[in-house]
Amino acid sequence: MTVHSPLRTEFPGRPEPAERTPTPTRPAWRRRLTRADEKASPYLYVSPFFILFGLVGLFPLVYTAYVSVHEWNLIGGEGDFVGLKNYTDVLAQPYFWNALRNTISIFLLSSVPQIILALLIAAALDSGLRARTFWRMGVLLPYVVAPVAVALIFSNLFGDKFGLFNHLLGLVGLDPIQWHKDVLPSHVAIATMVNFRWTGYNALIFLAAMQAIPRDYYEAAMIDGAGRIRTFFSITIPQLRATIIFVVITSTIGGLQIFDEPRMYDTAGMGGADRQWQTLTLYLYHLGWTQKNFGRASAVAWMLFLIVVVFAVINFLVTRRISSKGSR
Amino acid sequence: MRIVRRTQASPTAYVFLLIVLLASAFPLWWSYVIGSKDAAAIVRDPYSLVPGGHFLENASRVATSIPFWKAMGNSVLVSTVVAFSVVLLSTLAGFAFAKLRFRGRAGLLVFVIATMAVPTQLGIVPLFIVMAKLGWIGSLGAVIVPSLVNAFGVFWMTQYLGEALPDELIEASRVDGASTLRTFWSVALPAARPGAAMLGLFTFIATWTNFFWPFIILDPGNPTLPVALQQLQAAYYVDYSLVLAGVVLAAIPLLIVFAVAGRQLVSGIMQGAVKG
Repeated sequence: MTVHSPLRTEFPGRPEPAERTPTPTRPAWRRRLTRADEKASPYLYVSPFFILFGLVGLFPLVYTAYVSVHEWNLIGGEGDFVGLKNYTDVLAQPYFWNALRNTISIFLLSSVPQIILALLIAAALDSGLRARTFWRMGVLLPYVVAPVAVALIFSNLFGDKFGLFNHLLGLVGLDPIQWHKDVLPSHVAIATMVNFRWTGYNALIFLAAMQAIPRDYYEAAMIDGAGRIRTFFSITIPQLRATIIFVVITSTIGGLQIFDEPRMYDTAGMGGADRQWQTLTLYLYHLGWTQKNFGRASAVAWMLFLIVVVFAVINFLVTRRISSKGSR
Repeated sequence: MRIVRRTQASPTAYVFLLIVLLASAFPLWWSYVIGSKDAAAIVRDPYSLVPGGHFLENASRVATSIPFWKAMGNSVLVSTVVAFSVVLLSTLAGFAFAKLRFRGRAGLLVFVIATMAVPTQLGIVPLFIVMAKLGWIGSLGAVIVPSLVNAFGVFWMTQYLGEALPDELIEASRVDGASTLRTFWSVALPAARPGAAMLGLFTFIATWTNFFWPFIILDPGNPTLPVALQQLQAAYYVDYSLVLAGVVLAAIPLLIVFAVAGRQLVSGIMQGAVKG
C-alpha cells in the first residue's frame, strides 16, 4: 500500500535525565501549577484558530448582513438604514440574474466533466502502471500554476482571431468560434481553465480512495464474469461514494465563488462587453469597488452565501442518491 | 489475482494518460513559446510550437514594465510567513485536539470541521472596512494576518498527530514532569514533522497563487505576483509575448517546488483523501 503515515517509535525529545525532578513527591505549588497547566493549555493551544476565525471569518460574514441593510459607500462609509432595499434593488437588476446564470453554467461545465475525467484518470492510474510516480506527478503539474497565469495562457489559446484553438478548428475545416463574444463558448473557455488546474488533483483523491477498496471485491466480480467496465460501475463508483461527495461539495463551494479566471479572461475584467461571463463574485466586486456601493455588494455576498449553502445541500443529496443507486 | 491486476495495465491506459500528460504540460510550453518570440516572429508564424529565442529579452522587459522583483519578494515573504504560521498554530491546535483531554473537545473539533464549508471569502466587504479602519490597505500585513491559521490545517494536523504520535510518549513525558508546552515542543512537534511539512507545502502554494483578496487590498506599487500579472495584462494586453513571458517567470518558483517536492504533494493529496 502506498497510503500510510510514518510512525515514529523513538523518543524524539525525551527530556534529558539531568532535567528530571529528582524527588518523586513534588511540592504542592508545583502540583497545582501542573494541574493549572493541564487544564488551561488545551484551550490556549486551540485559541489562535478560534480567535482568528472569529475576527476574519465569522465577524465579517455577520457584519456583511449589517452592511447589506444600510446605505454604505466605499468612501462615505455608513449611511442610513434602508431595510431590504439593497436586496430588492439587486434582484431588480438583470445583471444579477445574468451573473447567477453565468455562475451556474460555468460551474456545471467545470464540475461535471471534471469529475468524470478525474474518475477515468484515477482508474487508469490504478491499473498497475510502470513508473507510477511519474504519471501521478504528471497529472498534478497544472496544480502549481496560479489561476491567474492559467487564465492568461488560455485567454491567448482561446483568442477569437489568432488563437491556436480557432486555428486548429480552421485546419479541420470548421468555422472559428467567438470565444470572447458568445456566451456559451466563453463559459466553455473559463470552465476549461478550471478543469485544467483541478482534474489531476481530484484524480489523485479518487485514486487514493480506489486503492482502499478491498481487492477481493474485484476478484469475486471477475469470477462471476464481470468485465472491467462492469466492475468500474458496480464496484468502484459505489465504493467511492463518500469521496465523490467530498469532491463535489468542495468544488461546489469553490466553483460558485469563481473570480480569478473570469476576471482575467479579458483586460477590462467586467466579464465581457455584454457581461457574457460575469460571475456573481465578479459582479460583487464590480458593485463594491467600481460602483463603490458596499450596501449592494454585501447584499450580493449574502445571497451568494445562501446559494452556496443550498447548492452544497442539493449536491450532497443528489450525489448520495446517484452513487447509492449504483450499488443496487 | 491481485498480482494479475497489478501487472495488467493495458496499452489504452498508457495512451490515455499520455494524452492527459501532454494536455497538462502543453499550456506551459505554449506560454514559453509565445514568451520567447519577438513581435515579428509572432506575426510571421503565430502557430509554430518552436520557441523563439528572445525569452531573456522579454523577461527583462517584464521586469522594467511592472515591479516584478518587488512582487516576487512580496510573494516569497507572504507565502513563507503564512506557511510557517499555519504549520505552527495548526500543529499546536492539532496536538490539543488529538492528544489532550479537555471539556468541549469534541464539540470544538466539530465546529472547526464545519467552518471548512463556510465561504469566508464572502466576508470581504467588512474585512475591507476593518482594514481601512486599521490603516492597513496596501500593506502586506492585510494579506498575511487573515491567513495565519485555518480550519483545514487544524483538521489535518489533528488527524496526523492522532495517528503518528503514540499516547505513551505523551504519558512518558508527563511522568517525567514536563509541562504541556515542553511536551508539545520536544515530543509532538518532532513527531508531526512529516505531516507538518506537507501542510506547509500546500499552504505555500495556496498563498502563492491567491489572487482575490490581495487584488482587492494591495496597491499597484506593492503587489504579489498574481496581482503584478494582472497589471502586466492590463498595460500590455496587445503584447502577448510580454504577458506570457511574465507568466513563465512567475511560474518558475512553484515549478521548482514541484520538481523538488512533487512526490510529497502527490502523497499529501492521497493521504488527505483517505483521512478526510
